[in-house]
Amino acid sequence: MSDRAADAVTRAFRDERAAVLATLIRHVGDFQLAEDAVQDAYAAALTTWPRDGVPANPGAWLTVTARRRAVDRLRRDRSVADRAERLAELIRLDQQEHRTVSEESSIVDDRLRLIFTCCHPALDVPARVALTLRALGGLTTGEIARAFLVSEPTMGKRIVRAKRKIADARIPYEVPRDEELPDRVRGVLRVVYLIFNEGYSAAEGDRLVREELCSEAIRLGLLLRALMPDDAEVSGLLALMLLHDSRRDARVDEHGRYLAIGEQDRARWDQARVREGLRALQRSVRMRRPGQYQLQAAITARQMEEEPDWRQIADLYGALVKLTPTAVVELNRAVAVGFADGPQAGLELLLPLLHDPALERYQPLHAAHAELLKRAGEREGAARAYRIAIELSANAVERAELERRLQDL
Amino acid sequence: MSQYMLLLYTTEEEEAADRAAEMPMWLELNRSLEEAGLLTATGRLNCTATATTVTAMSGEVELTDGPFAITKEVLVGYYLIEAENLDQALGVAKRVPLVRYGRVEVRPVMDLSV
Repeated sequence: MSDRAADAVTRAFRDERAAVLATLIRHVGDFQLAEDAVQDAYAAALTTWPRDGVPANPGAWLTVTARRRAVDRLRRDRSVADRAERLAELIRLDQQEHRTVSEESSIVDDRLRLIFTCCHPALDVPARVALTLRALGGLTTGEIARAFLVSEPTMGKRIVRAKRKIADARIPYEVPRDEELPDRVRGVLRVVYLIFNEGYSAAEGDRLVREELCSEAIRLGLLLRALMPDDAEVSGLLALMLLHDSRRDARVDEHGRYLAIGEQDRARWDQARVREGLRALQRSVRMRRPGQYQLQAAITARQMEEEPDWRQIADLYGALVKLTPTAVVELNRAVAVGFADGPQAGLELLLPLLHDPALERYQPLHAAHAELLKRAGEREGAARAYRIAIELSANAVERAELERRLQDL
Repeated sequence: MSQYMLLLYTTEEEEAADRAAEMPMWLELNRSLEEAGLLTATGRLNCTATATTVTAMSGEVELTDGPFAITKEVLVGYYLIEAENLDQALGVAKRVPLVRYGRVEVRPVMDLSV
């Protein structure tokens, strides 16, 4: 096979698969059938393109071929209920061949439909994540299984079950109506950020597959921005992911110890990514609709400055805590206030959290408490808090670091 | 159009509470579903003490006095509705007054017409 044709198939698989699949699901009305037919089309490309040359529009070629393969599959499969109607519709579509302008814009809509279907709230969250990576990211079931540390059959079952639910419960293949849209967009962003974090935060598992998750999440973020350019949170999330990802290589030291932003070697940050992230952030801020991702991105950007302005960071956390009043955000806000206004001010904000029984075993809380007490000069209290934090540490590197700080007291 | 079964669950205490004040909400929901041609059937179930569960999992038919699962929440009512797709069915489920003190399970009804 000629290398050029093989490259073209690989490239088309990467760039066109989600769009072709998205359109085909609308045409055939069935997720599984569409996926099988798209697979057939790629197999066909592998034999045809080296022989006849790469078509001028690979995406269109793949869509037409996949549609014809779907017709073949439907003809063979007599168990499908509305087989006759589906066949008639597919054959009609095949005859009107030429793509029009409206067909181009409906390709954009198809990908949005696919995203909203994969992230439908009637599916459980692990299924949403898996389906999104499979359908839009083009990851194989095996790759997704390795990334989430489950066996391939388990992941396979999860995906099959999700697809069956889409078909049997008739989860609609459409962009949600205006009144539901904001909620549903938030749901999609949550799935994308979950994918990113799974790749970014965990120390376990196959590193390459994990990095692949980060790249996929960013690719999905870029796709979402292309599809919904006027949504401030879409740009905000993209900014947040880019700013984190720019520090991917700098976030742990040679002993595998996690480093806070201020401790990282700035020379190891990916400056192109930083600039891309800051641009996305600016774009989001200009829309004047602050949301949780935009605020988190703004906080990250401030923390990455050479002389972080803790006053501003504390204020941004103050705004974030109003939108997402979670223990994690409250804790980070207390830490930022501790830098902006001194350790006593930080400790005051920490007090209600320390009295919350639900957070009794929340390790980061005790680690932060220890730091603030140390800076306030309360050595005994600090030592006590360090010991609690050490006892609650799940990982050895973290425990060693806390023990070192306890010794330093 | 497909059929969806909306199963209404809540605790027996909530179910036994005086709900006269919310009757207009139920009547309004039922009337609007009927007018839209979406309502196939609805009903309120008698208390779980009147339930009998049937199984033949052991090979012989066995009757159990009581509902299937002894959990805190019990099935207290149902709607059988027509809907275009799951989103429309979920839209109806959100309008059931019981969602504030219970749960509504939405189950597609299998199409056996093939």
